[in-house]
This record gives sequence, C-alpha cells and structure tokens, in this order.
Amino acid sequence: MTPADNTKDNPLVAKARRIKALVKKEVREMVRDPSSIAMGVVLPVILILLFGYGLSLDVTNVKVAVILEAPSPDVTELVSGFQISPYFDAQFLTSMPRAQELMLNREVDGIVLVRSDAARNLAIEDVQVQVVVNGTDANHARIVQGYAQGAIGQWAARRAAEGHTVNVGPVTVDDRLWFNEANDSHYFLVPGLIVLVMTLIGAFLTAMVMAREWERGTLEAIFVTPVRVDEILLGKIIPYFAQGMVGLVLCLFAAKFLFHVPIRGSVWLLAGTSMLYLLVALSIGLVISSLTKNQFVASQVTLLVTFLPAMMLSGFLFDIRSMPTPVRLLTYALPARYYVALLQTLFLAGDVWGVVLPNAAALAGMAIALLLLTRLVTQKKLA
Amino acid sequence: MSTPVLVGRDIHKTFRRGTGETVQALDGVSIQADRGTLTALVGPDGAGKTTLIRLACGLMTADKGELKVLDIEVAADPQQIQSRVGYMPQRFGLYEDLTVQENLNLYADLHGVAGEEREKRYPQLMEMTALGPFKDWLAGRLSGGMQQKLGLACALVLAPELLVLDEPTVGVDPLSRRELWEIILKLVNQQSLSVLLSTSYMDEAERCGHVVVLYNGKVLAQGRPEEVSKLAVGRTFLADPPAGQKARGLQARFLDDPNVTDAVPEGGQVRLVRKDAAVTVAGMVPTQARFEDGFMVLLRQAVGERAVSGSMKVDHPPAGHDGEVVVEVRDLVRMFGKFTAVDHVSFDVRRGEIFGLLGPNGAGKTTTFRMLCGLLTVTGGTLKVAGADLRRAGASARRRIGYVAQKFSLYGQLSVAENLGFFASAYGLRGGRKRQRIEWALQQFELKSLARLPSGQLPGGFKQRLAMATALLHEPETLFLDEPTSGADPLARREFWRRITALAEQGVTVIITTHFMEEAEYCDRVAIMDAGRILAQGTPAEIRQRAKSEPGRHATMEDAFIAIVEESRRREPADKARAGGAA
Repeated sequence: MTPADNTKDNPLVAKARRIKALVKKEVREMVRDPSSIAMGVVLPVILILLFGYGLSLDVTNVKVAVILEAPSPDVTELVSGFQISPYFDAQFLTSMPRAQELMLNREVDGIVLVRSDAARNLAIEDVQVQVVVNGTDANHARIVQGYAQGAIGQWAARRAAEGHTVNVGPVTVDDRLWFNEANDSHYFLVPGLIVLVMTLIGAFLTAMVMAREWERGTLEAIFVTPVRVDEILLGKIIPYFAQGMVGLVLCLFAAKFLFHVPIRGSVWLLAGTSMLYLLVALSIGLVISSLTKNQFVASQVTLLVTFLPAMMLSGFLFDIRSMPTPVRLLTYALPARYYVALLQTLFLAGDVWGVVLPNAAALAGMAIALLLLTRLVTQKKLA
Repeated sequence: MSTPVLVGRDIHKTFRRGTGETVQALDGVSIQADRGTLTALVGPDGAGKTTLIRLACGLMTADKGELKVLDIEVAADPQQIQSRVGYMPQRFGLYEDLTVQENLNLYADLHGVAGEEREKRYPQLMEMTALGPFKDWLAGRLSGGMQQKLGLACALVLAPELLVLDEPTVGVDPLSRRELWEIILKLVNQQSLSVLLSTSYMDEAERCGHVVVLYNGKVLAQGRPEEVSKLAVGRTFLADPPAGQKARGLQARFLDDPNVTDAVPEGGQVRLVRKDAAVTVAGMVPTQARFEDGFMVLLRQAVGERAVSGSMKVDHPPAGHDGEVVVEVRDLVRMFGKFTAVDHVSFDVRRGEIFGLLGPNGAGKTTTFRMLCGLLTVTGGTLKVAGADLRRAGASARRRIGYVAQKFSLYGQLSVAENLGFFASAYGLRGGRKRQRIEWALQQFELKSLARLPSGQLPGGFKQRLAMATALLHEPETLFLDEPTSGADPLARREFWRRITALAEQGVTVIITTHFMEEAEYCDRVAIMDAGRILAQGTPAEIRQRAKSEPGRHATMEDAFIAIVEESRRREPADKARAGGAA
C-alpha cells in the first residue's frame, strides 16, 4: 500500500497530515517574518531588561527632614536609622516650619518629628515619633512610610534586646515585605514579567498572525480544501504554544540567573500552570482575530482586553485588595489575576496547595471555556 | 448530457456595510454552469460576481434561494464541496513567506495528495505554469503574473472536479493574462475540466463557453457569448474623425447623440453602437459587433436612458500656449532598498496634453507619480513640474497641480459639501471665491443633489467624481490621476474620460496612469512601462504600429504592449525583468 492510499483510507491519518502541514507552514512563516521574531523573542528580552533593570519599585535615597526639637545622644541614636540607611537621605533640622517649607517645595518627601519631650519620655519608655509623608504619590508614600517605621522599629528592636520596652506607635507590617525580606522588588516584578510575556506571545502575537491571514485572503484559499476548522486552529495553537514556552524558559532563566529570584515551588507546577494560562491567552487571541478579521483592530482589542489588564489589574503592579470594589470584582474575570497569584506563590512561597489548587482550577475552567468559544466563533465563512 | 456542475435558483444575498446601509449583492440570481464548460460571470465591480463565487464555495450562506454544486446542496454540506473543488480567490491566497514549492506542498498536504499521485502531478503543473526554475523563490518575490500562475497551480494540485477562479487576471500584465488564458483553455479543451470564473474584462468573456452577465446583483443575460454580441449586430460602426480633429472629440459628440448607445475611441477611429440598425450614416462603416458592444446595449437597457454626462467647463482656462513643456522628467530613478522601482525614466508632457502611463501593477507607475507630485524623494535624475521640483518648491508651485490618489482619500464621515469646503480651505481659498469654486464643483460634477450625503456612502462612480472635483477646486494647470478608472463600471469610465477630454480641450494638462490598455486611445501620447522602465512612448498610433499584425484583425493597444514586452524580455535576461513585478 502506498502512503497515498493510506491517507485516503484513514481519516485520522489525513487529519494528522493536514495539521502537520499547517504547523510546518506556520513555523516557516514565523522564522522568516522578522515582525513575528521581533514580537516573540526581541520584545520579551526587552521587557525582561526593562522590568529587571529599568523598573524598580524600591525607593532609595528618599529625602527626609529629621527634626530634633531637643537634640541629645539618646534621641540622636533613635533617628540614627535614617542616617545610615541607604533608603534615606536625611537632613537634620530643629524646627517644623522650615521642614514644612522644604516639603512644599518638594525638596523632601517626608518629615520625621521627634519632639522636645522625647528625651524625658525615653526614660519612661514611651516615645511618640511623628512621621509625615508626602502623599501625592500614594504608592510611593506607603513605601516611604513603611521604611520610616522600619528604621525606627530597628532601633526599638535594639533597645528591646537591651531589656527596654518601647512604644513607637502602631507598626503595621506590609505583606509584601513578608516574603520579600530582601526588600527587593525584583522578587515580585519578575513573576509579573512572565505574565506579560505570556500574554504578549499567547494573545497578542496569535491575534495578529491570525488576523493577517483573514486580511491577506490566505484563509479564504485554504478554506476551500478538505481542512477543518479545528485543524486550522490547532495549526496556530501548536506553534505559538511552543513559542510561549520558549518565552517562559527565557524568563525563568532571567529570574534565576539574572535577578536571583528564588523559585521555592516546583518548577513542574510552574510549567503546568503556565501552560494553562498560555492556552487561555491563545484562545483569547484567536477569538479576537476571528471576530475582527483585521490586524489593526485585533491588536487594539487584544491590548485593551489582555495586556493592559494583565499589567494594571492582575495584582502584579497594584495590590488588588486596595482597588475599589467594582474594579476588584472585575479582576475575578481576568485570567491574569489567577496566574499572577499562582506565580507569586510558586516563586516566593512554595507549593501552597491552598492557593495553587483554586487558582489553577479557575485557569483550567477558563481555558476549556475559551477553547470551546474559539471553535464556535471561527467558521469557514467570510463576512 | 451529464448534470450541470452548478445550478442556482433565485439566490438572494444582502450585506450590511460598516456605514450602516444594506447592500443587495445578489437579487434573485438564477444560473447554470455545465460540465466540461468554461463559464464566466461577467460584470463591473459591485455586480455580485465575488459573492456568487463565494456562495458556490460554501464560504457564505445565501439569504434565500437554492444552490447546488457538483449535485450537492451547498448550504447543507459545504465541506464536501470544499474538498472537491479547486479555488483561487482574488488575491491568490498565497503565503508570501513560503517558497513556490512550499506553497504547493501545503496545498498538496491539505488535499491529501501524496506519494505517487504527487510525483505525477507536480511535473505536470510545473510544465504548465513554467514555474519550475523558480521553485525556491518566495511567493512574495514573484511578479503578479507568476503569483497568479502559482495560485492556479495550488488550486489544480488535487485535479479538481470544478475549478473556481475569482477575477484571476485583474491587474496583471497583458502578457501574463494571455498566458493564463492559454492554460485555462487548454485545461477545458483537452481535459474537459469544468471552470467557473469571474471577470470584468469583456474580451475575456468572448473566449468562454457560457457567460452570465451580472449587474447590480441581477442577471442581465446568460448564454453563449455570441448571443450577447448579437444584440449589437448591425448597429456597430466605425467612424473617422474629421481631418485635424481627435477621435476623442468625435466620440464625445457621439455620446451626446440620443441615437447612439455607446461610443469609444479605437485605433484612431471611433467605434459606436447605434440605437437602431436603421440606415447607414455617411462616414460610418459597419463593423463586426464584439461582446463589449452587446454588453453596453444590455447595460444601457438596465440603467435606463440616461445620457453619459461629463461635459464640463472650467472657469479660467490656464494661460500659456500649447506645446510648452510643463512636465520634464530626465533619468528618474527610485530604489527601495535593493529593488529598483523606477529605472531611468524620461519623458516630457506638453500643455493641454493627455499623457498616459500604461503598465501592469508593479510597473512603477504610482512610484513615478508620487515623485512627480513631490510625495516621494528621488534616488536619481531630475524632474520639473510647472517649472519647479515639487520636492523643493514651495506651496505656490504645488498650487499649480491637482492630484487624485489611487485610493479614495477623502473624509468618509464628512458630507460632500464639507469635503469640498475643507479642501478649498486647504488650498487657501476663502470668502466669495471659495463659495464660487464649491458651487462650480457641485454643478460641473453633478453632485448638487448629494451635497449633504456623507462621502463614504456615495456609490463608487460618485466618489470618483468628488475626488476629481476636490483636486480641481484651486484650478490647477496640471492634473495627476493615479489609476482613476480601476474598478469603475464601463459607463462610469466613459463619463470619466469625457470629463478628462473636456478639461484637456480647455488647456488643462492631464497625466494619468491606467492598466486598461484600451484607455490609451484617449491619450495624446503614452508611455508603456514594465518592471520600472519605459519600453516605448509615442502617440497611440505609433505604439500600435509596433504590434505584430494578424490577418483579419486590427492590432490593439494590448497586442502592441505584448509585442513590446516580449521584445524587451528577449533582449534582457528573464530574471532581471521579472523582479520588477514584485513591488
């Protein structure tokens, strides 16, 4: 029996052959088209470098005014944390009005006020230190506030070790610092970066290449062959899934060897959940391209529906809990939200099943629903 | 006789456009295509040809009506039809980043053509299309004509029961067009292949076994092509223009004659179709009716007895004397990377002339135009328009030219009047003069009743008029028109040329590009371009003389083009000439 007879007889063999032909075609196009290389490889690398080196949420050299209304050795020791810390650039003053002036002129971002009764209160072990932070940039303010509390807290801890008890006002510990004891924002930026790269390759790139086929009329031509819709979709999903995984590996290497972010959970679990997210992103890209059939519109919609929310609303840059309720409810519809939670847990905390299972289940559900939707909206029909 | 390959009864299909209005693409179409026959859907753009072809391939669903292809109800089982027909869409549907061989392999794989079958099929296809030496070329690098042959090869890889081609020859050069037709006719005559294709070229319809004339979604006629030609038999004449007069002037007068159905310049004479066979008029020689003549009779019946409008008057004819050189091009070169789009082009245009740049898509016409209008920098050579290089000259020099771009480049959301107002202001017109010029444009281009309509909703021919009106608002001395007639229906094209003729008579210089070879007849002088070079230039009569004469037939512009291109390709190595078509 010749191979030709084989394919004629067995529909599954013919199907596999068609899928293979489509994948082969896609890979060739990918390799030869500089724009897809640019988006699939160059852009992730740029993002890695940009996020790794350019963007950092750590605040250093914050200019603060430290006011000692009545300087004394004890009081000076109390604020010594501000002087030696790399996070602060302290300037010592003796009166509030001058500090207020500096704050108004934005020459300092915070004021630490130690009142004249501090020395006496130190003796009775009840010191009030007032910290005023420029709240224009709320995130920045919160971080500065945290550092200031930390600087004073360190002093309190030292005192406590010496047998004193000191009350320095309410100390709230930021969750972020909990797992991020190095106080290094790469720890949570790099997992976030993976979300962006996967979204970019999964949704954006796929939407563009599929819309291009609608636009150029190549789909119209291959529609009039024995090819089925599911085969066309698999012909897109398989190569871009592979490219997404390459992007993931690239990011993991960057995380481990460039930014020294620990991977405390299982790498396999990380890969598995990433595959789920990639399937979700791929199907979103395919749905959008099938609905718009136009590269420009597809890119705009994909940016709006996947990339921007993944950046702003997934909990990667901004804490979901501090969002207003309607926005917070909206984040439940975002696949990126679950993936960010998974990545942050798997990177920094470990295999915490209580977090991994529900989030992975949400992603798996979304993947199945969206793949079905993709199959539904992609028809061998024009207009 | 076996059953027909395609039968359609009372097919309706409506689309909703982005702008909101609905378009009746097919309005009760009934057709039949027989096995082993070449069937053509003939009609201008917007007739419904592509819609009908897509319905036949199961790529769309009809709103109403019955359609059977290969004895299968299309709506019920589109996949079965898609597995058995070979289809080439309008833009060939090739993957430009894949090579010729890879494109062919893809289609062979998708159609399940493998092993011995493939070994047998490939050499046949390669021989037929002469693509053998270019197996490793990327499809995107091929010229339009070669892409079209590759598209055909991909559609034929499975030995289809029905071959469906949507406007296979649009925009390709006449030589490639002729080669493709030779292939198709051979397939039909020697292998009894059933073919369904669409075309807007009337001369192509003449070569088919069965034609279906479509216009505005309706079938005007169907049958053998001779049956359509017959409608003009005994009514078709050739007339000589009086001494010292141009054929286009006589043609314009015929179009105003209520007894004349159609008139076009042809070979220095005017071909006309009279309303009645009646008596022979002095100075007119009866001639054989062509398909196009019959088609025009049908079209005139369909649209009613509206005269071909287009006579027009300019307010202030440009000053200066005829024969003065207004456009001077010397050794013009334009490179895009390593690719030479325009290769040492030189020509002069004199005042009041209609100068035509003719050539297939990718010949370099538009690139030349953009350089003339100062929209593109020049790689080498010199050019002067209205005495200045527009790249360097200021607004005053630019004000002396008008430019109509290839694509509709007006604001679709603005009304006709708003578009005119905006462009008038852009040209620096204001107050009474602005009002006066807009009034002139609305009147001369018969746009008054449509002044409030958003220009995006205008029918094709009217968009064209508006584009031309805006380009003339500032009374330019020279008008540049880039492919103004591509896609227009024959009536709109006649109307358009009427206006051009009127403008030229009043001293406006017109420079125009077209890929319709027969439109050269309207020009005073033409330059024939291919692969970035001018192969010949002169009056239409001079160009025609270069054609190989065939007994019993007058040489057409197209024959001349083919003869000139063949001659030049013989002199040049094939590879060099071909790369030019890739742009």
